[in-house]
Amino acid sequence: ENGRCTTKLESMGFRVGQGLIERFTKDTARFKDELDIMKFICKDFWTTVFKKQIDNLRTNHQGIYVLQDNKFRLLTQMSSGKQYLEHAPKYLAFTCGLIRGGLSNLGIKSIVTAEVSSMPACK
Amino acid sequence: PSQCDLLCSQNYPLYIRSVPTENELKFHYTVHTSLDVVDEKISAMGKALVDQRELYLGLLYPTEDYKVYGYVTNSKVKFVMVVDSSNTALRDNEIRSMFRKLHNSYTDIMCNPFYNPGDRIHSRAFDTMVNSMMMQVC
Repeated sequence: ENGRCTTKLESMGFRVGQGLIERFTKDTARFKDELDIMKFICKDFWTTVFKKQIDNLRTNHQGIYVLQDNKFRLLTQMSSGKQYLEHAPKYLAFTCGLIRGGLSNLGIKSIVTAEVSSMPACK
Repeated sequence: PSQCDLLCSQNYPLYIRSVPTENELKFHYTVHTSLDVVDEKISAMGKALVDQRELYLGLLYPTEDYKVYGYVTNSKVKFVMVVDSSNTALRDNEIRSMFRKLHNSYTDIMCNPFYNPGDRIHSRAFDTMVNSMMMQVC
């Protein structure tokens, strides 16, 4: 039951992400490579959707990227520590789908997961 | 003068329109060959220091009857326009603005929650826009 909800939310985020990315990249220059696309997601995309940038982007240059947001907008009002940690995934599912949809429209197949160790920061 | 617009994603067409409609088959062929040229241009851009800021690709190649123009979005959707060679009044700027209009309408379609990406495009608003563009040219 819980799993199905999360999947549904994620797939809704996916479709919305596809449309959003089309609108956002309409006037931007062509992307040079994958890293360029990830930087776009961290700066412009995140700013337009969440009114702030990603705080930290790390990569192993082999296809894994970790985006860290220390004050994730959807979690700030929930708690500022470990309380309600088990409920966080529900709220992150849509955003994961959003990123996956955006990337897929830009030509990148991806798996997006979210990890919360202490609210409101999440990776 | 006849013209054809085509949107392609993953190299199959999402939308085709031509005026007059009898020549559609010939246009299909022209457009498919021009897709190869589009791919060439994109891969060339990756390596050379060609101006990478433009989404518009310009004149792809002239055949004896037609001129073909291309435009690729960041989401890898290709727009191809085939115009009669005798239509010399059409300037580069006009072609660019037509592609901008196409891109804008395509963005609107993408944001339509009832549209499934990858399906053929059946939108009245899109048709109206394309019709008015082609009337301007022909």
